[in-house]
Amino acid sequence: MSTSTITSDRPAVSRRPILSTNLNLSSGIGLGIAMIWFSLLVLIPLCAVVITASEGGWSNFVTTVTNPQTAHAIRLTVFTAVAVTVVNVFMGTLIAWVLVRDRFWGRGFLEVLIDIPFALPTIVAGLVLLSLYGIDSPLGFDVANQPSSVFLAYLFVTLPFVVRMVQPVLEELEHDVEEAAFSLGASRFTTFRRIILPSLAPAITAGAALSFARGVSEYGSLVLLSGNLPYRTEVTSVRILGSIENDNAAGAASVAVVLLAISLAVIVVLDIIQRRVARRG
Amino acid sequence: MKQQRGFGKRAVAVLAALAAVAVTGCSSNAGEGETISIVGFAVPEAANKAIGDEFKKTDAGEGVQFRTSYGASGDQSRAVVSGLKADYVHFSVASDVTRLVDEGLVDPSWDQGENKGVVSSSIVVFGVREGNPKNIQTWEDLIKPGVEIVTPNPASSGAARWNALAAWGSVITAGGTEAEAAEYLEKFFANVVSLPNSGRDATTGFLGGTGDVLMAYENEAILAAQNGQGFEYIIPETTLLIENPGAVLKDAPELAQQWLDFVLSDAGQKQFALKGFRPIRDDVDFGGEVPGAADPKNPFPAVTNLLTVEKDFVSWSDLSKKFFDEQDGIVTQAIAKSGKAQ
Amino acid sequence: MAEVIEEVAPAFAEDGADQDVPSRSRAVRSGPRKGPVTYLLRLVVTAYLFLLVAWPVSFVVTHTFEDGLTGIRLLFEDPDTVSALRLTVVVAVVAVVINTIFGVGVSLLLVRYEFPGKRLLSALIDLPLSVSPVVVGLALVLVYGGRDGWVGPTLEANGLQIIFATPGLVLATAFVALPLVIREVVPVLKEIGTDQEQAARSLGANGRQTFWRITLPAIKWAVVYGVVLSLARSLGEFGAVKVVSGNVLGETRTATLVVEEKYLNFDQQGAYATAFLLAMVSVACIVVVALIRPRSDR
Repeated sequence: MSTSTITSDRPAVSRRPILSTNLNLSSGIGLGIAMIWFSLLVLIPLCAVVITASEGGWSNFVTTVTNPQTAHAIRLTVFTAVAVTVVNVFMGTLIAWVLVRDRFWGRGFLEVLIDIPFALPTIVAGLVLLSLYGIDSPLGFDVANQPSSVFLAYLFVTLPFVVRMVQPVLEELEHDVEEAAFSLGASRFTTFRRIILPSLAPAITAGAALSFARGVSEYGSLVLLSGNLPYRTEVTSVRILGSIENDNAAGAASVAVVLLAISLAVIVVLDIIQRRVARRG
Repeated sequence: MKQQRGFGKRAVAVLAALAAVAVTGCSSNAGEGETISIVGFAVPEAANKAIGDEFKKTDAGEGVQFRTSYGASGDQSRAVVSGLKADYVHFSVASDVTRLVDEGLVDPSWDQGENKGVVSSSIVVFGVREGNPKNIQTWEDLIKPGVEIVTPNPASSGAARWNALAAWGSVITAGGTEAEAAEYLEKFFANVVSLPNSGRDATTGFLGGTGDVLMAYENEAILAAQNGQGFEYIIPETTLLIENPGAVLKDAPELAQQWLDFVLSDAGQKQFALKGFRPIRDDVDFGGEVPGAADPKNPFPAVTNLLTVEKDFVSWSDLSKKFFDEQDGIVTQAIAKSGKAQ
Repeated sequence: MAEVIEEVAPAFAEDGADQDVPSRSRAVRSGPRKGPVTYLLRLVVTAYLFLLVAWPVSFVVTHTFEDGLTGIRLLFEDPDTVSALRLTVVVAVVAVVINTIFGVGVSLLLVRYEFPGKRLLSALIDLPLSVSPVVVGLALVLVYGGRDGWVGPTLEANGLQIIFATPGLVLATAFVALPLVIREVVPVLKEIGTDQEQAARSLGANGRQTFWRITLPAIKWAVVYGVVLSLARSLGEFGAVKVVSGNVLGETRTATLVVEEKYLNFDQQGAYATAFLLAMVSVACIVVVALIRPRSDR
């Protein structure tokens, strides 16, 4: 096969040998400083949450987390975030592809749209999603107070991630290998799958990890749209709020810790997948 | 090698970052003249501002500056516990002040005065669609099949608990047993189609088309109407008196107590009335007309059967555990049951 | 020596970096013609973005300008709102600068170096985004809170107030946007590899020169995208900021808190107008990015 000849003679994409060196003194100090900041900002506060979660004891932790309503909320949150991430992987890559490789009138406008979900305060996002996809929807597409509203809200806020991760990598890709493949008769799809995709894999999985992480923590934009109905549209953030309102910091922290653990697991899994895909190319 | 780049650049950068953060933290001193820090829940912001303007005209209040923070009642209360500076607090429910008492920030005798700690009040009302097509008038009407209720979520918002209590109280006061009241609550929550986190969100959802009836507070309905977002509301025969507590903190200056006295005076209560709150005394003269009320010329009609926490529920701390305990509260369980049944 | 590096460096750094360069690659890539697939893809993408973003967000615009420019004008006439906007910009910029420096540094460490715990650090980096805003605030207050925090009371005793003051806002904002620059830069760093840097070093460049002349230009657009994303995220953050700010009018009330407050007070138009301004800043950044992209080949 012509394509396999290409891939064996030369790395399909510009994955040149990456020279990783061991730390020397100054980069070691740099790492130290970075770690101090990271600890001060993220690690120590998150440890405080974990410790608060354990304050009530292990049995308390288990009771809080296995509460049927909370368990359902966690399931809803996680599954919806996973579904949204899958959609984002496809659509995000597609959007990045069209924005980078295609030229057409109005492309600049689309470019601008991508980052808006981020900059819009979540209440307003909720308000406008309600206007368009609620009961008075001009499209007749009403998802208010249904589980699909959670999906929609997550989709909205996680839009930029995969797109913006893939774009810079796509822009850096060298074309000559692709062109060689074309000229040797490889179909567009084969070229994409064998040559381009492995190179995009790290970016796509980075975007997917962020998309999942962001989706799982979303709250503001879905409050109005979802109605917080127990066992149906109630998400984890609402359960956490409920515990806080009841001055049950240990309970709130427990649920938060579970969500963090799940997110960490997903991030690690995505990292493993990314290594596999990148290596295979 | 990369040494230079690693060390010099990064060290300078981190130092600059820390410096930037620290500089922004240098607290600016409030200007000269006394300052009162007010931490309150969102709805009375406009009223408090109006009262503040009136207070400045008095001898006691001359030259006073206000440092204000408004937000959701529970969030504000927790913020004060965490260190938000406050001299006077005005919350939606007594439990938000009790939290401060437990932390030693407010004297336990705060609610022993003549007004029992209450600074403003309102009642639970039903918001309905224009013309009240489903003819919802009583609490019994709410549990009829096909009636869709929108109510703020009592589980995650302390201020939303008045509605559930009013629902329970309506059964008890009509002679029902506690078992019957619990059953009523289950049917009530079975009819709920949306449980947003605040009264405001519930209003937005309702105005956006969700539900047939909104569990609302009279003062929010009036405020909404004053801002062009009003809705028709019914005052049921039996309803609960919502009492918003106000308290001065232990470390507050004497001026804060004078402020509280002013708020409780006729001049202060008049401002509350104009913004839709029911004054805490019947004899307050606010001019008789409140724009935005269902009937502006008779904005606060008497309620046939007005329940109060003191009369019908013993005390807020009692009912917190009984109704809203996270695992066993009567209301908590009713909500959970209604969700499972779907 | 320096001059040699200067001549060589651009050639290496810019290789394949500019999409807009009409090089021979482009001409040859007329292989796949603009067939129906291209148009289909364009249509799908446009429809998706329209239904998900453009149409809902257009409501913000219509509500803001319902009464013409009154909505915006009222905003700028209110000194409290203006100071809130100013505070938001200051906080967002400081947070973005911190995250960019930290981000580029950590990215280089993650990609170019080996050290124990590297994989763990890489996984932990993404964590801040998955923390619910409520929990972010809770976590920061637990550590830096002025009454009961771990280090808060000590810091406040020495004059540095974090929670309910601007540093707390900066911390919360930096927290939620932390991974963004790193995740942008790391894939690109991996993609471009090290031979340019090695070549420069073999020609005698020291670390600093290699970084500024070779690495940075090569990752420039990744950094830019990361900055834009971070800025947008920082401007729009609400939940975490709300918990740590205390929402004190004129002191710690940021633009997103203004949006909430106006919303709670039934001033819906004011809420929309403020949100519109926030979104506009992000749009402005993207437009600036698009404008400063080089158009012609070198």
